[in-house]
Amino acid sequence: MTVTEAAPEAVKRAGTSVEFRGLRRSFGEVAALDGLDLAIAPGELVALLGPSGCGKTTALRVLAGLEQVDAGEVLVDGGDVTGVPANKRDMGMVFQSYSLFPNLAVRDNVAFGLRLRGVAAATRRRRAQELLELVGLDSHGHRYPHQLSGGQQQRVALARALAIEPRVLLLDEPLSALDAQVRTQLRDEIRRLQLRVGITTLFVTHDQEEALSIADRVGVMRSGRLEQCDTPAELYQRPATAFVAEFVGTMNHVPGVVAGQEVVVAGHRLTLAEPAGARDGQLVKVLLRPESVTLTAEADGQALVSDRSFRGAVTRVTATLPDGTTLLADLPSVTAADLQPGAQAAVRFAPQPVLLAEGE
Amino acid sequence: MSTQRRRAARWPVIVLVVAGLYFLLPMVASLEFSLRDVHNTHSFAAWGRLLSYPGLLDTLFTSLWVAFGTVALTLLLMVPTVSWVHLRRPKLKRFVEGISLLPLVIPPIVLVNGVLVVFQDAPEIVNGTPLILVFEYVILALPFTYRTLDAGLSAIPLATLVEAARGLGASWPVVLLRVVLPNIRTAVLGAALLNLALVMGEYTLSSILLMQTFPVWMVSTGRTDAGVSVAVSLLSLLIVFVLLFLLSIVSGRRTRELRPFTPSAS
Repeated sequence: MTVTEAAPEAVKRAGTSVEFRGLRRSFGEVAALDGLDLAIAPGELVALLGPSGCGKTTALRVLAGLEQVDAGEVLVDGGDVTGVPANKRDMGMVFQSYSLFPNLAVRDNVAFGLRLRGVAAATRRRRAQELLELVGLDSHGHRYPHQLSGGQQQRVALARALAIEPRVLLLDEPLSALDAQVRTQLRDEIRRLQLRVGITTLFVTHDQEEALSIADRVGVMRSGRLEQCDTPAELYQRPATAFVAEFVGTMNHVPGVVAGQEVVVAGHRLTLAEPAGARDGQLVKVLLRPESVTLTAEADGQALVSDRSFRGAVTRVTATLPDGTTLLADLPSVTAADLQPGAQAAVRFAPQPVLLAEGE
Repeated sequence: MSTQRRRAARWPVIVLVVAGLYFLLPMVASLEFSLRDVHNTHSFAAWGRLLSYPGLLDTLFTSLWVAFGTVALTLLLMVPTVSWVHLRRPKLKRFVEGISLLPLVIPPIVLVNGVLVVFQDAPEIVNGTPLILVFEYVILALPFTYRTLDAGLSAIPLATLVEAARGLGASWPVVLLRVVLPNIRTAVLGAALLNLALVMGEYTLSSILLMQTFPVWMVSTGRTDAGVSVAVSLLSLLIVFVLLFLLSIVSGRRTRELRPFTPSAS
């Protein structure tokens, strides 16, 4: 299943800018949003990523008008829409759960928003057909939602959201109910569509792979605030905080001792990425990506290889340091051939600034 | 094992037969009674006398318009209310359900007086006509209506559908009419039928309020001509059965069309 090449004129439009200013929203004692600030450029796809309860879905629902804020402003193209009801906002939304109207055929589902806008029947039919072609379901217009698979239902939901030519497309974990293969396929289709249509998109997910692979920028949220919003590469390679570093990708927690602006790890001196507030001589846990760790088979090496997992071009080797610390290293498969379980290995680290784990 | 299965398979049939006899026997007996004539003979004389009795059509029409009025007012009040509880105040479900059950335990005379007190200053058209019965029956039908609509709304992902419709530009009335109602159509039809059946058979409140409705007419006629009274009772049952049959056809077709929320993951 692929997306057709040309987007219909009906859905091609210039993107819209979105800005959150100091959004606050509490549910009882729990602060779902705690001064959230975020700016989304026209045509940009921003993914909000974070653990459960971090406020990402609340932020999206606030933009949709489905949730009110206690304080703060939502600006769309510079205009304050904070008090505008959901049905006046012109936002297209795809939900996590299947949200097609079960009493309407697929074509009528797609045309629902157009009908509410008083679009003539013939135009509605034509545009619904265009949108269904766009998501590769033009032959399914007469079917009812229960006759479609989950992936097809979400495609129709996407077509329905785009049919009203929304100012912003909101995707609330639209892939989480699908199996892995369909999820990957639909994820790529959403991105292709978004780029083709040029619509500003806010995508909420708890799946970091999904966020990193689809978004122009990824915002990592924690306790109702944005920890960092950056390109996927920046986020991964230069996380601003230990939370972001630990949340995105895999991290080793290796013991070290602070020495000025450096930290000594397994006999190697590494530069601290930020003033950590740790005093000289303090024992800390250093965060190191598996790809920053190099293991080489040496008889007098300090690490003992305990496991290995072949992953194509890369092999993940698990080794244990003398103090019992487990170390993961992603190595090119061609160089990892000697690192069999039971082998001794020397450890080296990439000369990059490192972050310290929180509270350790 | 197969013997056990055969024995187990018999039980539903036995239950069905016993239940069928429980419902059918009184009707067969009633039919037989309505066909009894003098000297132990049977004829359609009582059925023939039906139309000639004064008040039959008048009371039948009165009950029918009260029934349809009750259905309309009940749905007008209850569909938005139950939807609101589901959407905005789900924690109140038990409380509202409890309130809706009150008419089952409140004595009819209290119900009648309560409604009369509320409408004591209402115009004559309400107090002096069977219209007052509509308000009485709306309360009386509350337990059945609430539970039927509650079951219907629980069977659909109401919040998601409503939010999807709102996001597409639907106002609240449009959401109710074009999204909620069509998707709880079976429940609404069920509630309507229960209302209809209730009103067409309700005697106590009408009698207390001195209103000449179909059940009141049946009872008073039964005192003078038992055969006609029983024939009319059967006719009344027949009307309800026909309505039930129509409902099952309509809802059966709709169910085949809808059957939502069991998508495969692929």
